[in-house]
Amino acid sequence: MRYSQIRRKSIFGVVIAIFLLLTGCVTLPPDALKPGPESLADRQLQTRRFDGIIENDLLSASSGVLQDLGYTLTESETKLGVIVADKDRDATDAGQVAAAILIAMFGGGSMAIEKNQKIRISLVARPASDRNPKSHYIRVTFQRIVWNTQNQVTRIEPLRDPKLYEGFFEKLSKAIFLEAHKI
Amino acid sequence: MMKKVIYFIVVILTLIVTGCANTGTQQALSSGESQVKLRSFQTRAFDTTDKEKMLRMVLATLQDLGFVIDKADSVLGSVSATKLSGYQLKMTVTVRSRGTTQMLVRANAQFNLTAVEDPAPYQDFFNALGKAMFLTAHAVD
Repeated sequence: MRYSQIRRKSIFGVVIAIFLLLTGCVTLPPDALKPGPESLADRQLQTRRFDGIIENDLLSASSGVLQDLGYTLTESETKLGVIVADKDRDATDAGQVAAAILIAMFGGGSMAIEKNQKIRISLVARPASDRNPKSHYIRVTFQRIVWNTQNQVTRIEPLRDPKLYEGFFEKLSKAIFLEAHKI
Repeated sequence: MMKKVIYFIVVILTLIVTGCANTGTQQALSSGESQVKLRSFQTRAFDTTDKEKMLRMVLATLQDLGFVIDKADSVLGSVSATKLSGYQLKMTVTVRSRGTTQMLVRANAQFNLTAVEDPAPYQDFFNALGKAMFLTAHAVD
């Protein structure tokens, strides 16, 4: 292949790449509304059953835990067992800061690093049986949005770390114990 | 040769600038598909009369599909939720009674900056909801 041909091809490639990046006509992934292979594992991770407490008390214990964790409630509908909360926090990662400093040191200019994040949580209580009003499932789902120092969104993602869910339910169990004993 | 490349780039840039949606205020009342067609694939009837149970199943299904709930209202019978997974997918689902034996469930979704007007994702959603309810979703005429 001649040099000019290669050049022509590479220009074409770059143009196509820019086109794909900028049009923003990204289509919905075909499996977006299908239960995925990990959805059963997610369900188990995100759900716990609580017995011996009525739904309203369960929800008030849950809102207590959310407050303990620094969330502010943004929406609640007790008739449907729904609580929604979020918190805005620092998202600075030491590794990214180090990389940015390194790049700046070698004259690479300032690099945008992740700065802020909004963590959202929805908590839904659901009766575990039709007969027993004191048995419920609680399912929580977390997600977050991260912005960098230039206020661009860098990440929009669900939070899947099992430790996060285990930690949350551990705190909730304690709160329910306190609620049940009215402490 | 160079002229051709420049011409090509200009065409591409025009496409980029115009984007895939018309800009401006007419967006507030715009919808791509016809109203009737949209409703037909966004709506299903379920054989139940228990509105609260239906709404709770909608909540459970949305959580199952990776959504975080934004809002719920038992009087209006509506639930809104957002899924973030490298993209943003927002959904509103409303439930109301139809006759004396059925509930109508209507869903609409927005993917990033566009309305979802393809029947397939709604089909997937109603399939998941039907499985959760152990009920069959009927198409609505």
